[in-house]
Amino acid sequence: MKLIKFTKKGIYCIPGKFYLDPWFPVDFAIISHGHADHARWGMSHYLCHDDSKAILKHRIGQDISVESMPYNSEKTINGVKVGFFPAGHTIGSAQIRLEHKGFVVVFSGDYKVKNDYLTVPFEPVKCHEFITESTFGLPIYNWMKEEELQQKMQDWVLNNQARNRTSVFLGYSLGKAQRLMKLMEGMGEIYVHTAIHNINEAIATTGIKLPATKKWTAETDKKEVQNKIVIVPPALLGSNMIKRIPNAATAICSGWMQIRGNKRWQSVDAGFPVSDHADWNGLLQAVKATEAEKVYVTHGSQAIFSKYLNEIGIPSEEVKTEYGSNEDDTEAEPKSKQAS
Amino acid sequence: MKHFSKLISAVEITNKTNDKIAAFVEYFQTAPDKDKLWLIAIFTGKRPKRPIKTTVMKQWCMEVAGIPEWLFLESYSTVGDLGETMALLLPEPTHHIEKTFSHWMQEIVDLKSKSDAEKEGFVRKAWSGLETQECLIFNKLIGGSFRVGVSKKTLVNALAKFSGIEANQLMHSIIGNWDINEISFDDLLQGEHINYDNSKPYPFCLAYALEKDLTDLGDVKAWQVEYKWDGIRGQIVKRNDEIFIWSRGEELVTEQFPELVAAIERLEGDFVIDGEILALKDNAILLFNDLQKRLNRKNVTKKLLEEVPIGFYAYDLMEWNGNDMREQALAERRSLLESLFTAENTSNKTLFISEIITAETWEELIPIRAGARAKDSEGLMLKQKNSPYHTGRKKGDWWKWKVDPLTIDAVMIYAQKGSGRRSAHYTDYTFAVRKDDGLVTVAKAYSGLTNEEILEVSRFVKKNSIEKFGPVRTVKPELVFEIAFEGIALSNRHKSGVALRFPRISRWRKDKPVEEIDTIETVKQLILSPN
Repeated sequence: MKLIKFTKKGIYCIPGKFYLDPWFPVDFAIISHGHADHARWGMSHYLCHDDSKAILKHRIGQDISVESMPYNSEKTINGVKVGFFPAGHTIGSAQIRLEHKGFVVVFSGDYKVKNDYLTVPFEPVKCHEFITESTFGLPIYNWMKEEELQQKMQDWVLNNQARNRTSVFLGYSLGKAQRLMKLMEGMGEIYVHTAIHNINEAIATTGIKLPATKKWTAETDKKEVQNKIVIVPPALLGSNMIKRIPNAATAICSGWMQIRGNKRWQSVDAGFPVSDHADWNGLLQAVKATEAEKVYVTHGSQAIFSKYLNEIGIPSEEVKTEYGSNEDDTEAEPKSKQAS
Repeated sequence: MKHFSKLISAVEITNKTNDKIAAFVEYFQTAPDKDKLWLIAIFTGKRPKRPIKTTVMKQWCMEVAGIPEWLFLESYSTVGDLGETMALLLPEPTHHIEKTFSHWMQEIVDLKSKSDAEKEGFVRKAWSGLETQECLIFNKLIGGSFRVGVSKKTLVNALAKFSGIEANQLMHSIIGNWDINEISFDDLLQGEHINYDNSKPYPFCLAYALEKDLTDLGDVKAWQVEYKWDGIRGQIVKRNDEIFIWSRGEELVTEQFPELVAAIERLEGDFVIDGEILALKDNAILLFNDLQKRLNRKNVTKKLLEEVPIGFYAYDLMEWNGNDMREQALAERRSLLESLFTAENTSNKTLFISEIITAETWEELIPIRAGARAKDSEGLMLKQKNSPYHTGRKKGDWWKWKVDPLTIDAVMIYAQKGSGRRSAHYTDYTFAVRKDDGLVTVAKAYSGLTNEEILEVSRFVKKNSIEKFGPVRTVKPELVFEIAFEGIALSNRHKSGVALRFPRISRWRKDKPVEEIDTIETVKQLILSPN
């Protein structure tokens, strides 16, 4: 019998009677990570990784019914063995492994294979069927090494400091912001927007240590942030709040910045290809490591990536989901949801 | 290529012109002279001819990257730039090649006489030893244009800051005739090969939009009234048998307009005149888009000269046989201009003198302004007859009195991603109006929306694509926009039977359902009743 079914409400586990990252309210939802397009409001009950529990409560509501478990452990639901494995996407992100009568399906959620020295690194899981994301499923997307990226970004900050400029980074409050904090550790005082500050506090309750930051609000003295580093959600681009920052040099941090045109289209100074998703080779490497006999490709370049997989002899199919609101202007996470 | 690559990175990591100029100045302070000469050559169109066809480069890239053609094309359509697509697709270098920028350039120049196999060997070897950014530069140097958001003017401003030499002189120097193998960097900057006294332009006198009541302007007879033309403002400098054409952006565009240079050569004496360059064919003014085809080109081909011939409408005269006339009254300058632009001199259909409109009262001008569109003019210019030729924009003596644009409501039916900096989003749209039971396209437009609106439209396009023709998406006809344009004419070339002049999006009519868009009949009525 089939283990999973793609329905209008989300990915459904038939014998388990639960959904994976559903986009409509259901009774039981297993959540891969805390981004708004994967962890949605309205589920009667949630199951997520231990490190995502506080994030879900913070984002969806303190009163939600949520249980959690660590990586590499197992829970049986209606005869289906459910396990979490590191996805390396954000803190608390998990691949969801389902096993029923010896048949194994793995749902990747969002993932990256490169180590960012902050999240638990991605771990490939062998399975019969693999459901993979494809946000950056084109061969033009190949990320540089984390050290090289860090060097580039730190050089930019040093150059800004020498010119008496404040370095402003734009990155989503969950995931990208913490990654930027890590990349900028030791470069001077880091100020973060309230939305990021709140997520950081939720993460701190799990015992994970993040680089030290200060809260930056509308009331923060302009002079205080001069020459410092400020991290804000992308929704603030062009807002009065950013305009208040003295001598700001702004940088968008997103995988889309790999393409020069994407940066020039925005009125920012710099664009750094910092992504929490797998690049082309990362996707291929992950898919191959699963040894899956069937690969379902979701959000991103699903048509292209699944066509390519079929050509190289890996049976594949594209699947329409509601993940990744927009292929261009966000990295799998809707802009509007971030303003909160 | 270290220096050069660093310069490009520095220029791309900021959108502040001053930072870009600072990066260039630093380059001029540290790079070898020969490299600097090549840099200037490339930014002024003095680049070697493309030695290798892009289709061949593409083929090699697919082989090296090990990807099928369809995947290459998908990548290209996402990136929107061939040289960059290839740089992103190529695998990481196995080693690092370091040669100076001029060394690379010399090798590229020498490729011309090499065999196909030698060319292939050269490119593949270079690719194996260059980082992504250097690879991109290398690909750009071999073929295609090299655009990094830096204009000729910015380069000149950087050279001026570096050397202390006047920017316009540097513009003349770098545009002038020079050979990379025969001139030193210093001599080029000093202008050893040119005579700047012959080309030196005056700052343009600019007008403000009319903000007063006509009656506040006093007697209409104290004003010189002309049509306002929508072309490229140009300044012609003729001194000691040398001719220069400066654009308003202080760029030299002499080579782009050979027929104008030929017409000016026949005029006696030395002079500097101000006027408008327009695309003119069979006495009709062509679209501004056509005129743009004549700009930013290294070579103006014979075909292009026939397709888009240009004419020059003279407005004013600033210098006459070595004398600066700018402090003289406009009326005096005008009579000198008329003596220069005689019937004989203007019989060649290239040179014209801007026609003066006479009126006894301001009221008489109102219908003339309203009818300006029928003459493909944007409206009227009002200039005080006793005014000097001011430096820059000064309020009071010159006014532009434009006609209001025409508008229609149309629905978006096609969308396409832009190129270059717009390549990530659907920014180019085609609009249609109703014809019988269906729709007929009337205009294509790019500008007029905010970045946020473009994102919103892009999202709509992605969700509502009906068909895909290459980069073009057919979309559900649902979004209604108000399209503004400067003129309309019957046209056999267009399916709708009409051609709009300078169409652009004036606003997104979110309040209007698609049922309420204009019909082709109502659009055609605009031809019969301008305004």
